[in-house]
Amino acid sequence: MTPEQFEVKANPALWERLGMNVERFSGMPKMLTEAFRGIYLSQKNRPARMEYFDGMIAELHSGRVEELVTAKDAGRPVVGTFCVYVPEEVIMAVGGICVGLCGGSQGSIPDAEKVLPRNICPMVKSAFGFKLGKICPYFQAVDLVYGETTCDAKKKTWELLDREVPTHVMEIPQMKRARDKALWLEEVKDFTSKMEEVSGRKATAEGIGAAIRVMNAKRLALQRLNDLRHHTPSPISGKDMLLIQQIAFYDDPARFTANVNELCDELDERIAAGVAVAPAATPRVMVSGTPMALPNWKLHHLIESAGAVVVNEESCIGTRYYKDLTDESTATVDEQLSLLTDRYMKIDCSCFTPNDDRIEQVLVEYRASGAQGLIDYCLQFCHTYNIEAVKLREMCEREGIPFLAIETDYSPEDVGQLQTRIEAFIEQIRG
Amino acid sequence: MLIGIDLGSRSIKLAAVKDGILAESLVVESGFAPHDQAALLLARFNARRVVSTGYGRHLAQRHFAGEIITEIKAHALGARHADPSCETVLDVGGQDSKVINLDGAGRVKNFQMNDKCAAGTGRFLEIMAATLGYTLAEFGEAALAAREGNAIGSMCAVFAESEVISLKNRGTPPEAIARSVHLAIVDRLAAMLNKAGHGRRLVFSGGAARNRALVGLLEERLGVRFTVPERPEIMGALGAALHAGTLD
Ligand code: SF4
Ligand code: SF4
Repeated sequence: MTPEQFEVKANPALWERLGMNVERFSGMPKMLTEAFRGIYLSQKNRPARMEYFDGMIAELHSGRVEELVTAKDAGRPVVGTFCVYVPEEVIMAVGGICVGLCGGSQGSIPDAEKVLPRNICPMVKSAFGFKLGKICPYFQAVDLVYGETTCDAKKKTWELLDREVPTHVMEIPQMKRARDKALWLEEVKDFTSKMEEVSGRKATAEGIGAAIRVMNAKRLALQRLNDLRHHTPSPISGKDMLLIQQIAFYDDPARFTANVNELCDELDERIAAGVAVAPAATPRVMVSGTPMALPNWKLHHLIESAGAVVVNEESCIGTRYYKDLTDESTATVDEQLSLLTDRYMKIDCSCFTPNDDRIEQVLVEYRASGAQGLIDYCLQFCHTYNIEAVKLREMCEREGIPFLAIETDYSPEDVGQLQTRIEAFIEQIRG
Repeated sequence: MLIGIDLGSRSIKLAAVKDGILAESLVVESGFAPHDQAALLLARFNARRVVSTGYGRHLAQRHFAGEIITEIKAHALGARHADPSCETVLDVGGQDSKVINLDGAGRVKNFQMNDKCAAGTGRFLEIMAATLGYTLAEFGEAALAAREGNAIGSMCAVFAESEVISLKNRGTPPEAIARSVHLAIVDRLAAMLNKAGHGRRLVFSGGAARNRALVGLLEERLGVRFTVPERPEIMGALGAALHAGTLD
């Protein structure tokens, strides 16, 4: 596909039906088309199978939304989420659909700032603004939003969001002792009842078991893809990888898994044939930190435009979403929920204390990915990741790893300054 | 002749190097079309190679297709030329300030840059000097002349300006205010140097290094001595020219 052929499709009739502000939203597909052509389709040497994922972006505001609406008409509830700490398996077990909503766009922030204070993280503002402005088809399509207590900005915003759309909040403990696990198991049970109520269906052992298998397959496919990408030279760009990880949050899981595996087959061939996105000598950078919700491509675009390749994301848009699987061997619902809880308690979000497992995990992934430097990404006002950067820096100093901490938001204002820092960092890696 | 050209936010600096020695240097205002300005400067030289750096380096690369390096690397190279055993560079520029730590071989080990506000940059000094009706040079001399003054509380350029105005209205002598403003910047720069960590051999580069009050107060605060190059404002351009020499 040439860049000119690519277009994010519009469907005003569908948007109307979802109660959107169609007039305001109609500029959105055009903006996204432009951005996607410039940032993604201008890349050289992309794998052919990226076509499926490009197609998912083309259908972002139409085809995929239509699928959701059709599913809703058939009685399947759609749940919007903002965090990887949601047991998606429970939603799927009652026939529901889980879509990630986290906002990654500057465009909706002014809407949010009419209500929310300015000095909270851009992700929360962007997401909330999408709902207030009625400018996100997914937000309009959801029957329920799942919120969590991982940070103060989120926790308090859910109270306001609940006035716009039913919002179920789960308490995420902030330590990982036995009693915290017990608390979270109770929360998972409550969430299960909530989903049963919303869907009118029971979460059976069979249903949960099937959902666990679907999610394990999806996570395995992403692990496979990430392992392939660690090859030097990388057979796929960091930007493309980021895109796939973002799509993971709203695509149909089984279809997504099949397409990721097909892409992996192609990458296997590329590696065997020595085809890469950049020469082996290209500096390799790993990114850690706060997740990057669609369409936040800022940092990856800066890094790869400056002549490096991103080889890993230690992030919830990244390994934190798929590094752990769930044990499939159990029979009763109680056992399944308990094993799911075990799996989710391994997520090392910076909201936990202590959280040294995360520092170790970053080092493990750094080594596995063949990276030559670590860039820690933090959204402005995201205090937990920002403070945890101190420990990451210490670890990097100890291990002799070049380290750069970046704090930013979605605005283009600081792009010049970030460019300088990132280029200097790459010069530093080159030596 | 090897040319380094530093397209900064406020001025363009050019350094011409021959046989590893600075032969000539020029400084002009950036103006509205910095790359045209730069091209005019370049036309005066018979350059064998041009390397550009600074805020406008990508623009320069599009127009006269030279090599580019970042300000960080350029200042590191320039500082190492001023003091071959330099371990840390402090560069206070028009838009941003940086601390760059070097390893034994002079390579960049790590660096820190201030965030997007004007605090602790040349811009901040300029705004405060103008508020008091001083030129930049007078501003530093006034601060040297004063014997007292406490750091002003605010480092946001907007708030600091109103703080300075209210001090003025209360009859505080302008020299004392000048000293207070300098002390505030020194606080900020010292914090940056402490956070980044620094060696014992320090070079202070960038136009602000001409300000003796700033250098003196910072030395006092940190208990160190800075090497101040003869022409601190061209250190980036010099670094770029020196880099040109390594490309043969
Ligand atoms: S970083 Fe923490 S709060 Fe954010 S999505 Fe990940 S687990 Fe959830
Ligand atoms: S980025 Fe940080 S502050 Fe923002 S929602 Fe996520 S955890 Fe909260």
